[in-house]
Amino acid sequence: MFDPERLKAIEAEKEKWDQRVQKSLQKAPERKEHFTTGSGIPVERVYLPNHVKDLDYMRDLGMPGEYPFTRGVQNTMYRGRFWTMRQYAGFATAEESNRRYRYLLEQGQTGLSVAFDLPTQIGYDSDHPMARGEVGKVGVAIDSLKDMEILFDGIPLDKVSTSMTINAPAAILWAMYIAVAEKQGVKPEELSGTIQNDILKEYIARGTYIFPPKPSMRLITDIFEFGSQHVPKWNTISISGYHIREAGSTAVQEVAFTLADAIAYVEAAIKKGLDPNVFGERLSFFFNAHNDFLEEIAKFRAARRLWAKIMKERFKVTNPRAMMLRFHTQTGGSTLTAQQPENNIIRVTIQALAAVLGGTQSLHTNSYDEALCLPTEESVRIALRTQQIIAYESGVTETIDPLAGSYYIEWLTNEIERQAEEYIRKIDEMGGMLVAIEKGYVQQEIQDSAYQYQKKVENGEAVVVGVNKFQIKEENVNRKILKVDPAVEELQRKKLKELKEQRDNLRVKAVLEDLRKAAMDESVNLMPYFIEAVKAYATEGEICGVLREVFGEYVENVVL
Amino acid sequence: MSEERKIRVVIAKPGLDGHDRGAKVVARALRDAGMEVIYTGLRQTPEQIVETAIQEDVDAIGLSILSGAHEYYFSKVIELLKERGAEDIIVFGGGVIPPEDVPRLLEIGAKAIFGPGTPTSQTVEWLKKAVEEKRRKESSVS
Repeated sequence: MFDPERLKAIEAEKEKWDQRVQKSLQKAPERKEHFTTGSGIPVERVYLPNHVKDLDYMRDLGMPGEYPFTRGVQNTMYRGRFWTMRQYAGFATAEESNRRYRYLLEQGQTGLSVAFDLPTQIGYDSDHPMARGEVGKVGVAIDSLKDMEILFDGIPLDKVSTSMTINAPAAILWAMYIAVAEKQGVKPEELSGTIQNDILKEYIARGTYIFPPKPSMRLITDIFEFGSQHVPKWNTISISGYHIREAGSTAVQEVAFTLADAIAYVEAAIKKGLDPNVFGERLSFFFNAHNDFLEEIAKFRAARRLWAKIMKERFKVTNPRAMMLRFHTQTGGSTLTAQQPENNIIRVTIQALAAVLGGTQSLHTNSYDEALCLPTEESVRIALRTQQIIAYESGVTETIDPLAGSYYIEWLTNEIERQAEEYIRKIDEMGGMLVAIEKGYVQQEIQDSAYQYQKKVENGEAVVVGVNKFQIKEENVNRKILKVDPAVEELQRKKLKELKEQRDNLRVKAVLEDLRKAAMDESVNLMPYFIEAVKAYATEGEICGVLREVFGEYVENVVL
Repeated sequence: MSEERKIRVVIAKPGLDGHDRGAKVVARALRDAGMEVIYTGLRQTPEQIVETAIQEDVDAIGLSILSGAHEYYFSKVIELLKERGAEDIIVFGGGVIPPEDVPRLLEIGAKAIFGPGTPTSQTVEWLKKAVEEKRRKESSVS
């Protein structure tokens, strides 16, 4: 792309410039000795064409919507349609959450995103001993199809796409969603949405696992298969780096471990006999939008290019749609401060802008009070407006991948890709991601990064505005924050009692027995059994109870 | 007199919350400061936490809760310690705990809550002092 003669001339000029810089430094040194990205990649004073001298435009960037997809997965990107504005929401009861979903849709969000409480995420009903104190706290409590029906009351599932952050019991919640849609007269093939369904990152960084790896992979690939056959517009997995980053990883690790997880899923599905050209189209991803603005943009581009190469070269995929890394982004929750929380509005804006300049398909922006609690209507509205202002007022959406060609951005995209590839190679040598997780390698890498960062904050090398610099003496502790009514737990227990009295318990017994038999046979796709079970109003806890019996429970590999 | 015994701490994740970054960072910082740390891992019941604490003969238990279930777990753990005659074990913690909830936790019997943004050095210093005071009281009683 660059004329070698010109590059030599630039290099010569650079050397002379360096000498002039030395003189400036004698008068006034730079702010620090070493400059790095947020993730520790050394950053030079200036980037030149020379830094990307081997860049081949068509090979390395290509056109938007075409291999290697560095510049984006659609050829019109935001000129065609903005990213989906999809705020993760849910708390207390299905009724309350339904209200919040309607509010968000009224305020202009364009897709739903369901947050479930921890008992639901871990396959416990609200009356289970392990659910004490947790019901409705971090998301909505869903014990049965009845709750699910209330959750989507008045929301047309043929018109709205829904993302559900559910992993170990994803198949069951998906079955409920399909059943609710059926009641609305909407067929599975009309449904659009995503289930997170990414168990590997649960073992690594998020913790809402239930079953051991082998049966978990079976459930996941059952979902891939069922989706390909019956729910073709559904993203059957959202392979996530967000949580890995939140646990303290660097940007490189976020890409590397996410794609390594993805490789493991693709391998498992292929082993089951599924065609990557088919299920590959419905893999989706989920990344973090963290603080280092330019690094994040480069990260998204690197991830897209690397994934496309992996699908093409490693898995011999020929369908371009199955090489596309389509992703949702969430601004980094761990960057939010409890001190001077209004500052978080600015953080989220910068992070959201990085996601947009990085070409995300879908975006959640955090609310400013989330270091303390779940968002209020007011704070989530500001978060949504952040996206809308970027979309309608900033102008960055009028052309595709505007930062392409920046020497720094292209150099950093290359560097992140290179380092991520190194990690993937290392993990391959270990025997793959499942082995790496079992060995604790991934967890250790993440933790080490987390600890290093904490040290930097405590010695002042990393500044957190309002926390270790620019603090104020009196923080305002009288803010209006969201509190989940502790009565929710009692309410859910009552509902469960009523449900069990009203439903056909013989039918429930029968479907659970059918499920148990099917679960014991690895060759059986369990989705139809889940659909039957939820329709009979078996509770989530009861269904997971059967699976716990058959599959066993995962025991954490504690890595400190 | 008796030689200086290392401070022993259990760092625990009660309940269903899977966010362990903070707990691990604090555990490591305490360990780097010369303390003996037992990190329990996730999904601990109050019974398991108290059992571990007693078996390991610790000076303190640190609870990490980001799920909003803090009032429940702090009170359960403290209650169980009382039942088992181990209320001399210092209970502290952190996580996502709104400032307005802190007084209640202290009322229940938690000795300190370290919210988001607290430097680990602060937790280390506090714990050293708290255990020192505890041991002074114990030796003066005996």
